[in-house]
Amino acid sequence: MARCSHILICRGTACVSSESLEVQKELENQIKDKGLTEDIKVVHTGCFGFCARGPVMVLLPDATLYCEVRVEDIGEIIERHVTGGEVVERLLFRDPKTDKTTPRIDDIDFFRKQVRIALRNCGHINPDNINEYIARDGYKALGKVLTEYAPAEVVNIIKKSGLRGRGGGGFPTGLKWELTRKSVDDAKYVICNADEGDPGAFMDRSILEGDPHSVLEAMAIAGYAIGASQGFIYIRAEYAIAVDRLSTAIKQAREMGLLGKNLFETDFAFDIDLRLGAGAFVCGEETALITSIEGNRGEPRPRPPFPAQKGLWGRPTLINNVETLANIAAIILNGPEWFTGFGTEKSKGTKVFALAGKIENTGLIEVPMGISLKEIIYDIGGGIPEEREFKAAQTGGPSGGCIPASLIDTPIEYDTLLEIGSMMGSGGLIIMDDRDCMVDIAKFYLEFTCDESCGKCTPCRVGTKRMLEILERITEGRGREEDIDLLKELGHGIKETSLCGLGQSAPNPVLSTLRYFEDEYMAHIRDKVCPAGVCKKLSKIRIIPEECKKCGLCAKVCPVGAIKGKAHEVHEIDPEKCIKCEECIKKCHFNAIKK
Amino acid sequence: MTKDRTTYSTKEAHDDKLAKLNGVIDEYKGKPGALIPVLHEAQKIYGYLPEEVQYHVAQGLGVPLADVYGVVTFYALFTMTPRGEHNIAVCMGTACYVKGAGELVNKIGSELGIKIGEVSEDRKYSLEATRCIGACGMAPVLTVNEEVHGRLNADQVGEILERYKV
Repeated sequence: MARCSHILICRGTACVSSESLEVQKELENQIKDKGLTEDIKVVHTGCFGFCARGPVMVLLPDATLYCEVRVEDIGEIIERHVTGGEVVERLLFRDPKTDKTTPRIDDIDFFRKQVRIALRNCGHINPDNINEYIARDGYKALGKVLTEYAPAEVVNIIKKSGLRGRGGGGFPTGLKWELTRKSVDDAKYVICNADEGDPGAFMDRSILEGDPHSVLEAMAIAGYAIGASQGFIYIRAEYAIAVDRLSTAIKQAREMGLLGKNLFETDFAFDIDLRLGAGAFVCGEETALITSIEGNRGEPRPRPPFPAQKGLWGRPTLINNVETLANIAAIILNGPEWFTGFGTEKSKGTKVFALAGKIENTGLIEVPMGISLKEIIYDIGGGIPEEREFKAAQTGGPSGGCIPASLIDTPIEYDTLLEIGSMMGSGGLIIMDDRDCMVDIAKFYLEFTCDESCGKCTPCRVGTKRMLEILERITEGRGREEDIDLLKELGHGIKETSLCGLGQSAPNPVLSTLRYFEDEYMAHIRDKVCPAGVCKKLSKIRIIPEECKKCGLCAKVCPVGAIKGKAHEVHEIDPEKCIKCEECIKKCHFNAIKK
Repeated sequence: MTKDRTTYSTKEAHDDKLAKLNGVIDEYKGKPGALIPVLHEAQKIYGYLPEEVQYHVAQGLGVPLADVYGVVTFYALFTMTPRGEHNIAVCMGTACYVKGAGELVNKIGSELGIKIGEVSEDRKYSLEATRCIGACGMAPVLTVNEEVHGRLNADQVGEILERYKV
């Protein structure tokens, strides 16, 4: 008799890259060998969110979570847990701070503080099997909408829920639906924006990999509400697994009659096609995305006219982001009042964040709006590794900014983030510690936007380049004091005069770091020092005489002959010659070389 | 003799690829927004998009060659230079960047003697920096032929390259 009914194994991108496929194969083989196939079902699911500890698996009915499971561990799991009914202690999640283990997934702090609406099915169902989605009330909302509500009523429900766009700007979703609904035309379109491009953000990818049908269902609901019968999902071609799962999901939905003609025996018809992006960040901007689907260079166009009036092929078009759509079915089924029970006055519901950088529990989390940064970092994220000091959190990717440690109690919602010079963005949340240089981070984002600028308008094309040049000279020790004001002036100019959202927000990383970390800029400019030790040209590598054992190894590994000293004498580094490759630091056995 | 056979099989491969491309063009011809999907497929067939392929696509779809070229050069995923047999793409997303992706690039570059955007002399490896692939939980990551390797440090680079040596 088996003591376990289901084994859920994560097949998100992170777990797959740590060999969850091999683990699953071994699991299935051993179950077969032991003759347990009838008793246990192995289900591969989308992302659990606990990427830091992958590959992860959950054993039901006890909901025991095992982390970092290797192929070699499967025998022990089968023997002790599945047939013996005993928990395999060494594979449980162990809190690095308290050293305590927690068997049940829901009791782990990382999961306990989360509220999962958009991610409700991720990690629970097999995304490649439409029946598992249906078993969790999938397509019920579409049925309800088609048989019980008029299109205008659907729009009202979404308006009442207070849902705002999760892709970055936070525009009220219901209002967008209403505007597109009111545009009169014989053809309209629904587009799902899955061109998730912010570096450090993987919320949309995880939803599409873990619960693709929730997006398809929501698009059909939106189609009914605004009067469209064709939808497109514009997805990055780099997201190979998500593209596969979406293709499978669309095929299965068509076979079941949940996409196509006469849905739920009504006159309503709706179908969805995929369009793959080709690697241009600007295509996440809605007008650029439309231009790209039309087969052109993905350059934005001026608004108005807004897509709700003239979008794809000149027709009224509704564009919603993946996470926004993932909320729709839950709102329809549970009612708008239920949804407004989460979050704050102006930001309802929850937000999914991709937690990454210098944090213990990197991964995917969904939290109620209004939660403080502190709770996210320390309660859910498990704090900063190696007991380092929290320095800043970056939200909103290249359009957002850095939140300093002094504002760690700030509630995370659309408007408060804007007030402190950052933005919600799509949900990337990168945690940085005292070894990260804020000037370097600002430069990193500017390099990104400069590279991704489509070149259509001058402020963005030339302005970001000029800002980048200034940042480069600051990080190389050639900065001038007036550079600070020049950066601010340029930044505000670009914000005010760029054509699209990409340009209008491109200076944010620089402006927000200038706002909170101006002293760090000044250290680079005035003292020619990078306090975090990141900017290579400003770092000085030196040998500590008291620690040096005079072995001469450093002089041997130095590729440019910058280290001088006779045998049995303390060595010295010639700063003029040193190229800061740090080879000597790595090779020194006595930690006698510091930067 | 051997030479003849090679020429023959190259020609055969050429015809085969051309037939595939024509099939794709026929499938999409006349549909709105066909250019980008066709270029995706063409790059799958040829591995890259040389001028000749662009010309053929332009003729086939009835789109000006300038537009085709404009689209190819606009989007980062389309390339006009052939890639190596094993394409190594180091993720340059923020999470990977703060966790040392730059060091990975330097190490791979020095091991293979190539810079970003270049192909090794034997055409075995090519190296590129890619935008965030969303595997931030495993930062820093790189992909080799779309296979993801995560939680890396510069010392593991040699071991990974070794795996693709054959």
